[in-house]
Amino acid sequence: MPVLPASRWPSPPEGIAAEDLVWAETVAGGNYTHKVLARGTELYLTDLTGDGCAHVLLYSADRPWERLNAADTVKVSWNAYLGEGHLLLSDQGRVLASVTEDTSGRHDALGGTSTLVRNTERYGDGTPQSATPAGRELFKLAALKNGLGPRDIPPSVSFFQGVRISEDGTACFTGSAGAGTSVTLRAEQPLTVLIANVPHPLDPRPTYTCGPLEVLAYRAAPTAPGDALWDATPEGRRAFLNTAEHLDARGIA
Amino acid sequence: MTVTTAPAGRVVCDRTVPARSAWSAVVRAGQLLTITDLHGNQAADFLVYDAHDTSVRYSAPDTIQAQGNIFLTTGSVLLSNEHTPLMTVVEDTCGRHDTVGGACSKESNTLRYGHHTWSQHACVENFLAEGSKHGLDKRDLVSNINWYMNVPVETDGTLGIVDGISAPGLKVVLRAETDVIALLSNCPQINNPCNGFHPSALQTTITEPDES
Repeated sequence: MPVLPASRWPSPPEGIAAEDLVWAETVAGGNYTHKVLARGTELYLTDLTGDGCAHVLLYSADRPWERLNAADTVKVSWNAYLGEGHLLLSDQGRVLASVTEDTSGRHDALGGTSTLVRNTERYGDGTPQSATPAGRELFKLAALKNGLGPRDIPPSVSFFQGVRISEDGTACFTGSAGAGTSVTLRAEQPLTVLIANVPHPLDPRPTYTCGPLEVLAYRAAPTAPGDALWDATPEGRRAFLNTAEHLDARGIA
Repeated sequence: MTVTTAPAGRVVCDRTVPARSAWSAVVRAGQLLTITDLHGNQAADFLVYDAHDTSVRYSAPDTIQAQGNIFLTTGSVLLSNEHTPLMTVVEDTCGRHDTVGGACSKESNTLRYGHHTWSQHACVENFLAEGSKHGLDKRDLVSNINWYMNVPVETDGTLGIVDGISAPGLKVVLRAETDVIALLSNCPQINNPCNGFHPSALQTTITEPDES
């Protein structure tokens, strides 16, 4: 459940003033949440029990046809595995969010989320009102509350349950790094954020296992020229330059 | 044109897709679509939609989930975002195709290869223009298949876009499991080895199998 105002959350992340919190919520397993975040906001996700899985979709807040492109996110970064320093790219050659901190290392940008068909096969049901909701069904509800629909749900990325690809292409589920790991995403544009907390679709456990996800967000600053992340790679620097130019032109830098 | 590579049956449509250009068609349930790499080392970027509800479209994640593998070959079922079958690979003389790398765009080219490549044509342009003929727009574009591309994931997660293992005349044959809209971009990319730095023509053939 959310705490309102967020500044009343009892345990802000280390070094963050309570009054800077803008979102504080615990999302139960099999649930979803969504929020519009200002540029520069940091989104701090924690897998409380080791059984959370944060399926995430990002959209440019007032231009939602610019959205997360999972293929560009792995291709342009030359790496299939999400982690600290990875940029979550839009389909317009710009940064939506940066992964600025990661104590888990178990994430996935290839396997997407679960569906009604698959959850019904595996658990007997996948509807939102069931005990075993599918990620795509929850994303649809979150999307619809933001003026978007089923066609606006591209492949998502997920945090806290890992997948590794072997040489022959096999996708191997590696699970969680354990309870209490966190990931920080820094909004590099105004963002609409959709989060579904459901089991990873490749999680082989026969029972629907999903623990609570802690979602905190606080005011901070976007990545700027001179920051190490800005210049970490030539591709990333060009992505930040494209983003800055876009925001400058709109007068919202 | 004499079709030498497509399966037996009545030819419904047979096209040469020139280098850098796009193609699309409705493929009816049960029909076979053959994509032939005429000159070798070409990348065929491909998207497929349920013709009756285009919000149901190819899903790379669902396809990877279902087969437990990122590569496509004979027997791979192309699943939708609702985890329903759209097409099945019934024949593949290449043996490895990519689900991970997505399409080149003018925008992603600026990141990967520099802003001077902005002027170059790209697959997303082809998908937009060809998709618009079927009522599709930018919101309908998702991660696509790259037929004939070899994109292995190394131990540390590094993605290689390496020389293709394709050769002249290799083909994939796809059976439509429902009525689908197929979009194809004959990849214009000239900055990586996916096309051997030299885009070339593809052939698309739709056949109606003989009743037996």
